[in-house]
Amino acid sequence: MTVLDNIKIVVEPAVISELTENTLPLLHEIRHALIRLAESGESTILDLQAIPFGPGDEDRLLSFLGTGEVSATVNALGETKIFETQYPAVWLVEHKNPELSRVALQIEVTQVPTILMTQNADILDSIALIGETLEQSNAEF
Amino acid sequence: MSEPMDFLLWVRGPAFDVAALIFVIGVVVRFFEIFSLGRKANFSEPRGTEFGPGMKSVLTRSLPEPGMFKRQPLTILVGYVFHIGLLISLILFVPHIELFRETFGFGWPGLPNPLVDAAAVLSIVALLAALWHRISSPVMRILTTNEDWLVWALTFLPMLTGYIAYHRMIDPYPLALGLHILSIEALMIFFPFTKLMHAFTLFIARWYNGAMSGRRVVES
Amino acid sequence: MADTKTLGESLRLHGVSRRGFLKFCTATASMMALPPTMVPAIAAALEKAKRPSVIWLSFQECTGCTESLTRSHAPTVENLIFDHISLDYHHTLQVAAGDAAEAAREEAMHENEGEYLLVVDGSIPEGNAGYSTIAGISNLQMLEESAKGAAAIIAVGTCAAFGGLHKAEPNPTGAVAVSDIIKDKPIINVSGCPPIPVVITGVLAHFLTFGTIPELDEYGRPMVFYGQSIHDRCYRRPFYDKGLFAETFDDEGAKKGWCLYKLGCKGPMTYNACATAKWNQGASWPVESGHGCLGCSEPDFWDAGGFYNALSIPTSDVSKLVTVGVAAGVALGAATAGLNHKTKSNAAKNHGTVTVDDLEKTS
Repeated sequence: MTVLDNIKIVVEPAVISELTENTLPLLHEIRHALIRLAESGESTILDLQAIPFGPGDEDRLLSFLGTGEVSATVNALGETKIFETQYPAVWLVEHKNPELSRVALQIEVTQVPTILMTQNADILDSIALIGETLEQSNAEF
Repeated sequence: MSEPMDFLLWVRGPAFDVAALIFVIGVVVRFFEIFSLGRKANFSEPRGTEFGPGMKSVLTRSLPEPGMFKRQPLTILVGYVFHIGLLISLILFVPHIELFRETFGFGWPGLPNPLVDAAAVLSIVALLAALWHRISSPVMRILTTNEDWLVWALTFLPMLTGYIAYHRMIDPYPLALGLHILSIEALMIFFPFTKLMHAFTLFIARWYNGAMSGRRVVES
Repeated sequence: MADTKTLGESLRLHGVSRRGFLKFCTATASMMALPPTMVPAIAAALEKAKRPSVIWLSFQECTGCTESLTRSHAPTVENLIFDHISLDYHHTLQVAAGDAAEAAREEAMHENEGEYLLVVDGSIPEGNAGYSTIAGISNLQMLEESAKGAAAIIAVGTCAAFGGLHKAEPNPTGAVAVSDIIKDKPIINVSGCPPIPVVITGVLAHFLTFGTIPELDEYGRPMVFYGQSIHDRCYRRPFYDKGLFAETFDDEGAKKGWCLYKLGCKGPMTYNACATAKWNQGASWPVESGHGCLGCSEPDFWDAGGFYNALSIPTSDVSKLVTVGVAAGVALGAATAGLNHKTKSNAAKNHGTVTVDDLEKTS
């Protein structure tokens, strides 16, 4: 260990202020997606795992996007974290598995991310469930 | 299953060896021929020096003569654009420099790719203009020999395939790169035995002209 | 063995909610490198997907491909997929050995005739069959036997896809790729040495999801993963275009992360998904860690010149070639010069002088 300790390690702080040629095009894409959303109501999902990021690019992009006023967590097959960035209608959705490693990272340009919306089948299940509960309580009284 | 790759390995291997050998041997033999024949001894008393004026001519003849430009603007313009574009693409493109470094043991800095790309495009356009001129001008058609068509094609193909390979317009890339290298091998094989040899002999010829005039102290 | 439950039913049995299923489909789309717009189609297909039987054959190989596969970095998704496929034969991973293992293979083949998926890693020796055998069966015979009833074949790794290391000069075992032997079945080549884990599972997921072969390139590789070159997707590409290159592995350029072309990076000729899928749970990939691409997903990459020679350099020793050429040229040139001199002196010798008398005679 003493030999290894002699190796000087310099940790260079990551510069996150400047955007690189790998992150800038993405911002243009987000801007175009916002225009589409405003004009036709069409939402867009960008899969960040399909983008060839260099070292630090993801941090640079995320720090540029910042955090906005909404955040949410979904617990299904592991944790999914959702928050609106400081640019309204630009959402960041990070899917993790139960072992806490990331399985998908997406930017959704939309009013509400799909994963937050209740699916119709779940609404029907919900009606049935409440109905059952009410029946049971009616029977009890 | 692996034809494009086999092709690339062939052009980078055996085919390159053959082409490079023919090129080097051919050029050396041509030089030997020229120099060994020598010139007749000049017994007149020299009135001036030879070396300086010779070098001056090498330089001055690289610049266009105003009168000539007025008569043949296209030929001169195309000639310059093509040659400068070719030289930039050939010796300032980084992958090419790496080949020179491997061959001669030293290299030099290259230009950013978009600049080389622009030079190559200008060069290709100039070559097409030269071809159009050869076909459309009756005088040029009479002057043109079969060798001229061959030399044009041998020069044009490396430029075109190089452009295609750089922009990856043919898939897969090994095929595009292989075609580019193959076209250069064709150029190398024919180089010593056609007028392409002027790339080496032109400066010698210019120097001779200048030197002869220098000896007599007349305008070259 | 393959059962009749669909993936949708199987997931619900595992207590996966609808949001969980949506998330699963999103991750699957991401893994298959399909656009997020495909998620509803994937969900619909996965809902109905049947559990396929998979037979995995390992021939002349180093087990690196299996090592890669078992280190896939999105456990949930892949676990769900692997819980869902029935891996009936894989002699490295299965518990059974010897006759029991071979019996499992034969049983899976008979029960799922025409429906099972055959995965092959490693090349097949066409020379002496004794170079590689399993339970006394030659690789060639086992492949031909197992391929007969397969729905499709996935050739995992450059050895199975293109012959790989064993096929490199001088190819002592006469190694060939799966596609050189089997001609009548759809073959998906998942090349790489080893292939990227999520690419292996992505291809399995595609087959499981849609029951079809993905769109393939001219080498039989799935376009979604092999459609673009390393060079085109490389985050260091802007440096290549600007003409900024690392000259050595420890110079200023290397520290600044400039392009590795001059250090022998084969990115321009290599088609793979490393730049986006990355390695070791998305931690990094060769170019990001400062080493050029070796071109491991391309045919014959072992013979494609030195790993540290720029792609534009010929495979032979150019300097030596030029020296030999110059020497030969000098010798030949000297001979030509001698000949020319002789011609010249002969011409001078035979040069007749013309006198006034001669002129008068002829006129």
